[in-house]
This record gives sequence, C-alpha cells and structure tokens, in this order.
Amino acid sequence: MNTFGEAALESARLILGLDRQLLGIVGLSLEVSIAAAIFASLIGLPVGALIAVQKFPGRRLIVVTLNAFMGLPPVVVGLVVYLLLSRAGPLGDLGILFTPAAMILAQTVLVLPIIAALTRQAIEDAWREYEEQLRSLGVTPGHAALTLLWDCRFSLLTAILAGFGRAIAEVGAVMMVGGNIDSVTRVMTTAIALETSKGDLPLALGLGAILLLLVLALNALVLTIRDFAERRYG
Amino acid sequence: MNGILPLRLEGVCFCAAGRTLLGAIDAQFSAGQRSVILGPNGAGKSLLLRICHGLIAPSAGRVLWAGEGRQAMVFQRPVMLRRSVLRNITYALSLAGVSRVEREARAMAALERVGLAALAQRAARVLSGGEQQRLALARAWALAPQVLFLDEPTANLDPGATRQIEVVIDEFHAAGTKIIMTTHNLGQARRMGDEILFIHHGLVAERAPVTQFFDAPASSEAQSFIKGEMPW
Repeated sequence: MNTFGEAALESARLILGLDRQLLGIVGLSLEVSIAAAIFASLIGLPVGALIAVQKFPGRRLIVVTLNAFMGLPPVVVGLVVYLLLSRAGPLGDLGILFTPAAMILAQTVLVLPIIAALTRQAIEDAWREYEEQLRSLGVTPGHAALTLLWDCRFSLLTAILAGFGRAIAEVGAVMMVGGNIDSVTRVMTTAIALETSKGDLPLALGLGAILLLLVLALNALVLTIRDFAERRYG
Repeated sequence: MNGILPLRLEGVCFCAAGRTLLGAIDAQFSAGQRSVILGPNGAGKSLLLRICHGLIAPSAGRVLWAGEGRQAMVFQRPVMLRRSVLRNITYALSLAGVSRVEREARAMAALERVGLAALAQRAARVLSGGEQQRLALARAWALAPQVLFLDEPTANLDPGATRQIEVVIDEFHAAGTKIIMTTHNLGQARRMGDEILFIHHGLVAERAPVTQFFDAPASSEAQSFIKGEMPW
C-alpha cells in the first residue's frame, strides 16, 4: 500500500481514536499560535491604524520596513529570540527558553509585522474615504484610528487570520526556541518535521492533514462572518 | 445671534503642482442670506468650500471667522460609518462634546426632522443614496451649526430625492443657519440661492443677488454659462 493510503488510514485512526498524544500536540499548537495572534493583534492593530491616519517624518520608511518584515524568515526570528532568551541574553533571567512562553514570544514577533502591515493598508484605504467627513466632525488622529478599527472590524479579521495562519504553519521559530520537547513544546509542525526525519511518514502526513483541515475550517469561518457582515452592514 | 459670522476671505489662493487652482479671492459671507457658489466643473467651487470649512489650508491668504461657533459640512457623497443610523449621529455628537445623556434624544429629533426616524436602527451604509444624504443632513442638524456648508449635495440624486434634500436645507435656513452651498445646477441655484457667487477658473467672476444674476448677468462668463455654453 502506498504512503498516502497508509497515512490517510493512520490519521483517521488517530483523529477518530482521539489519540491523547495527538490531541496534546494539536492543542499546544493552537494554544501557542492563537496566543501569538492575539498578542500581535493587540499591538499590530492600533500601531497599523495609527500609521495609517497620521502623517509624520519617516512614515514611508516605516511602511516599507513593515511590508518587508511581513516576509521575515522564521529561523531568523527564532535565532534572535533564542539569543534574547538564552542564559547570557538580556532576557535570560526570565528562564523561559524551551517553554511554550518562548514559542509564543517568537511567533508574536514573527506575525506582528504581518498584522500591522495589513491593518495599515486596510485602514489607509478606509481613511481615504472617511478622512474629510471625520475631520469635518472634529476627530483627532487617535480617535480616528479607533473609529476606523471598529468600522473595518470585519476586513481586519482577515489580517488577524493571516497572522494566525503564518504562526500555526511555521516550524523554524518554534523549533529553535521551543526545542521540540515531547509533551512540553512539541507542536504540529515540529512533530511533522521530526516524524518525517524518523521515517514515520503516516504520522507526519496525518498531522499535516489535521493542520490543513484546521486552517481550512478557520478560513471558511472568517469568510462566512465577512459575507454576513457585508450583507448586514454594507 | 450668529457669533461666528461674518466669514472673511482675504487674498485666499490655492496652488498645487505649480498651478494656481484658486484665487486670489477676497470675499465676505454674512448671516442670513443663502449663498450659492455656482460654476462649471473644475472651477474651484469645492476647493473654495473646503478652504472655508478648514479642511484644506490655503496656500496664501487668510480665512477669518468673527468668533467661535459650530460649522458643519455635507459632502457630495455621504460617508457613513458601519453602524446604525442612530449611532452615526450620536458618534458625531460625542465628537462635538455633547453629553452622553443628551445624544440620543438630539439624534432622534434630527432623524424626525429629515423623516428617517423609522430607520433609526437600520445599518447606515445599506440605505439608499437619497436616504444617506438625508442622514448626513440629520447628522449636521443634530450638531446645530451656525454655518452649514454643502458641496453639490444632490449631484448624485434623482429629482425626488433632490427635492427632499432641498426641503431640509430650507429648514436649516429657516432655523437661522447660514447656508453656503456649491452647485453646477442652474435650477438649483435659482431655487436655493439668495445670492450667487459665480466662480470661473478659480476666481469670483461675478457676485450678485439671484434675480439680478439670472436676469442680467454682468460678466460674459456668467452670460455664456447661463446660456448653457461652457465658457472656457
């Protein structure tokens, strides 16, 4: 029997059997990447919105940098966060290297530019439409940023989703700062990499299938919300 | 009394990319009369209105108000937030510093005024163009401005919706709000104006009471514009 056939059977068996180890890996993946997407959103949404509505010297440079950082290589982020958190590093006293906290930190750094840059773009487009009206009503830049974040809330879901998608799919950063320790810092992507190198292709492919399904389901959900919102709010 | 007026423009110019789009313009707007800024497309009407309202700073010259007071502007294309009709107005009131307890009542009163009270809970952006423009007027009404600027407020609307908008503008006038509006529509200028400022190539080509302007225009540009010829 070919590998894909075996993998399908194996993944079905693992998923339907609610395999404890598998659930642990999937759960940690979700926990780390959702936390990273939330932290990156808490910073990236307001920062992106403020850059969008304000003119200041150096703005263009920041926009270009932010856009470029959307493509940060995960291993580079992993390396930098590793150096920060290692015993001799500036944040070494925290003692969080090779814990989920370190993985959340690394993924937050990785997806922050994505969420901030996409937010900046969405809010800037909206600001073009709203600017005169809102300024006529006497809005301050800070208030305008808040107003537009709320007004663009449904399209910004896509920005947050892009950040989450990037986080849950990357392997380099979590591998370097998490260490892929069984039952502690092992997530879906690091498990896939490990099982593949060990030759356990069915388990690796099964995990890959779950990862794809999760991302698909989430995208479908966000698209549904956006469609509904479009009909409801215009 | 109208403390904010008169509005005086002293040598107002606007240049962009080496071209003079407006000016120099010296003009005064006093309380009472409805001032209609008339002219062909691209004459600088909207630009003049935005400079008066403070949305755009003039390249040269000064915009001087007699005192403190509230002004509002209604744009050609109304911009509504993704929230209910009522919340669009209370949002503007909160920016204007109106206390939370007052906002809803004032917003509802303004919606009554333009005949949109029944749609208060509807999402603003799914209203028709005419309804959105009436909502924009209600938003301005709630702010109780001393001066209301209107930039081609009916340019995108059908005759029925246009009539409804003009009725509300008349109510602003009756309530003592100074009306300063732009239009390129001769019929609207005749209906809505007490005085006409005819703008051509960024300059005030003629300023006259409405009957005099239409019966005996003094400038050749205004004469050919009224006859339906574009004076280039």
